[in-house]
Amino acid sequence: MGRRTEVRLAGSGGQGLILAGVILAEAATIYDEKNAVQSQSYGPEARGGASRAEVIISDADIEYPKATELDILLCLTQESCDRYVQDLKPGGLLLVDRDEVNEIKAAREAEVKVVKIPIISTAKEKIGKALVANIVALGALVQITRVVTKDALKNAVLGRVPKGTEDLNLNALESGFELGREYKKT
Amino acid sequence: MAKTVKLLQGNEACAQGAVYAGCRFFAGYPITPSSEIAEILAASLPRVGGRFIQMEDELASIAAIIGASLAGKKSMTATSGPGFSLMQENIGFACITEIPVVIVNVMRGGPSTGMPTAPGQGDIMQAKWGTQGDHPAVTMAPDSVGEFFTETIRAFNAAEKLRTPVIVLTDEIVAHTREKVEIPEPGEIPVEDRIKPSVGPADYKPYDTKFGDVPPMANFGDGYRFHVTGLVHAEDGFPTNEPDIIESQERRIIRKVEEAVPWLSKNEEFMLGDAEVALVAVGSTARAAKMAAEEAREKGVRAGVFRPVTLWPFPHERLKELAGSVKRIIVAEMNLGQIVGEVERSVCGSVEVTCLNQVNGESISPRSLCSAMVGEVQP
Amino acid sequence: MSFDYTKYLRTEHLPHLWCPGCTHGIVMKSFLRVVDSLGLNQDETVVVSGIGCASRLPGYVDFCTLHTTHGRALPFATGIKLARPELTVVVVSGDGDALAIGGNHFIHACRRNIDLTLIIFNNSVYGMTGGQYSPTTDHGMFSSTTPYGNPDHAFDAGALAMAAGATFVARTTAYHVRQMDKLIGQAVQHSGFSVVEVLEACYTNFGRRNKQLFKSNMDMLMDLKKKAVPVEKARKLAPKEMEGKYETGLLYEVGRPGYIECCDDMIGRKQEG
Repeated sequence: MGRRTEVRLAGSGGQGLILAGVILAEAATIYDEKNAVQSQSYGPEARGGASRAEVIISDADIEYPKATELDILLCLTQESCDRYVQDLKPGGLLLVDRDEVNEIKAAREAEVKVVKIPIISTAKEKIGKALVANIVALGALVQITRVVTKDALKNAVLGRVPKGTEDLNLNALESGFELGREYKKT
Repeated sequence: MAKTVKLLQGNEACAQGAVYAGCRFFAGYPITPSSEIAEILAASLPRVGGRFIQMEDELASIAAIIGASLAGKKSMTATSGPGFSLMQENIGFACITEIPVVIVNVMRGGPSTGMPTAPGQGDIMQAKWGTQGDHPAVTMAPDSVGEFFTETIRAFNAAEKLRTPVIVLTDEIVAHTREKVEIPEPGEIPVEDRIKPSVGPADYKPYDTKFGDVPPMANFGDGYRFHVTGLVHAEDGFPTNEPDIIESQERRIIRKVEEAVPWLSKNEEFMLGDAEVALVAVGSTARAAKMAAEEAREKGVRAGVFRPVTLWPFPHERLKELAGSVKRIIVAEMNLGQIVGEVERSVCGSVEVTCLNQVNGESISPRSLCSAMVGEVQP
Repeated sequence: MSFDYTKYLRTEHLPHLWCPGCTHGIVMKSFLRVVDSLGLNQDETVVVSGIGCASRLPGYVDFCTLHTTHGRALPFATGIKLARPELTVVVVSGDGDALAIGGNHFIHACRRNIDLTLIIFNNSVYGMTGGQYSPTTDHGMFSSTTPYGNPDHAFDAGALAMAAGATFVARTTAYHVRQMDKLIGQAVQHSGFSVVEVLEACYTNFGRRNKQLFKSNMDMLMDLKKKAVPVEKARKLAPKEMEGKYETGLLYEVGRPGYIECCDDMIGRKQEG
């Protein structure tokens, strides 16, 4: 059985997390030539409500397409952190938005690696569009974990975003990389 | 030559597979979790000279595709459980009139409105027995995005070759998961078309058994004038009350599918060679089963997975053989026991058959399957 | 010289199953005269029906014929027409078939304006199943399921078709054969969805249960004649004067691009033919 890396991106509907999952999976499959499966769970709401995307990446065939024990969990809302932190395996990475997630279950905080960074505020203030928080998050996540190569991610972002928004999204991605690098220095 | 590799969602792969197979007409009604198939075909069919129509309901959708197929276009609809229930009467019509169509059912949790965005496998028996009366049933059950592409093609091929409706039965997980798919070049996967009549209009009979159990099919508009009815009919297509003719026509439409089993049947056998425990599952549940079998082997239990890809006709013969080599069979399904009955019929009590069922809207986890296997074989 | 119907009939499948005194045969023959006068190619003419007495018609006529399930003739016909727009597609349907079980398909076919012709054989009753009341049975009438009189009110199929967006709506009766020929002919030639409602008489299963009004099939035919008011005249009458009567003739006609035309325009495809 190949080693699987399981990633979950969680937050609320409209934050672009499913698109982020698709981009991450395309980076892995098309540009890094690995295997990946991407799935999501969603409710009836098109906007708002809980939203989550999962990506499993492996060098080998991926049988079960859903996460079993998460290696990486991104949470952009307090609610998603409360709900999913228990699915993270010991030693796994919990990446949260510093301003949105204030509380992490104490029992888990000790077992997992917690990274708190200002994802949404970076998107809003530095890039000027809250909409690209998903891309900022992906940049930080990949800078820290190298779950896919940075080149693959860049290509995947360019392959998916609407025409005319390439620069905006590349800026967002660079800011995400930067957040990841800053975190690593500390 | 480098293969075209794409990350596709299951429903997207189904739509692309349909176009590859020559589908040129789609009629449907929106329903979660199948709607993407309609959305994609609405955009892509006109580009290949086909037509898309959104009908007023599922009753109309299935009727429209049967009409279009009778006029010579390979046709498909896609739906989920509630819509599939509405289509049943006309699935029977397509069976008895022997008009090829493909019906995709992306299963969600049921019954009734149930769980629109969550997976289920409650339509296993609806695919077999949903329409009234004795009728042939052909159903493909893909478990991955790539297979959703290829099984849609196989469904069209079987429909055309057998002149019968074929169902592609999958679940929300396969439909909404995105995976890497190698897109075959045109011609790489064979595409079958219905057999056209070799006789002229004057000698043509729409159900002429002189040519075997699958009579050649003329299309409306091709210069052949004939009658099609859902009433029991004779070889000439007209209603009959002759018991002998009724009996032989009825048996023929069942037999043509039974006799196709050698090429129609398809199973995946995963690590079954030396297995002592066999997990039987279809669709996304089989993927959990494969992961569970690997885990069970790490724990010292020789486990394997048997997965019908052609779900109907059910692979009774192969399961009967398998019963001779394994000690136990566990049937896992996201319903409260549908496939298990077929497995029990196959093995006739020769090995113990147990089942693991779950209907909470979540897929059965590899962990629970693994513990079922590991627990059961321990002395 | 009288008209030779045999060219268009599957004589080996006659006699038909319609009762003596049934008016369905009158409409069938009218349709065959129309086919002949328009010079339609039999190989390129499709007749589709649902279930019921009228829906047995396709078995008797020599075209591409399709006898489908109850209420579903219109969506079957829609599929045929979209697959092969060059075919002439005519749907024959009873009042129960078209307006009860198939009512949803009826209004959407009107709205969609696909180039089909629907002939509604409206005899106000479910004949084949033994005389139950239908959506066009008048209030108070007796049937096998309204033994105390019909508490429901009838649909006006023409008004329904117009409201739903049909581009050709006509009504005639089994008594008015020349008008029937003219209207069915116009309907088949109309580009877009056309509806011809033919008011008919079923003595076996309806007249017989309403002997207070009808002693025979002829009484029913004379009743059809009596209540029919040509549309030009009817529209000059006060509503009170039209009570218990109905407009006949071409009720509504308008030119509007059909579904296929609109689709082809929108996807930028050059129209074939």
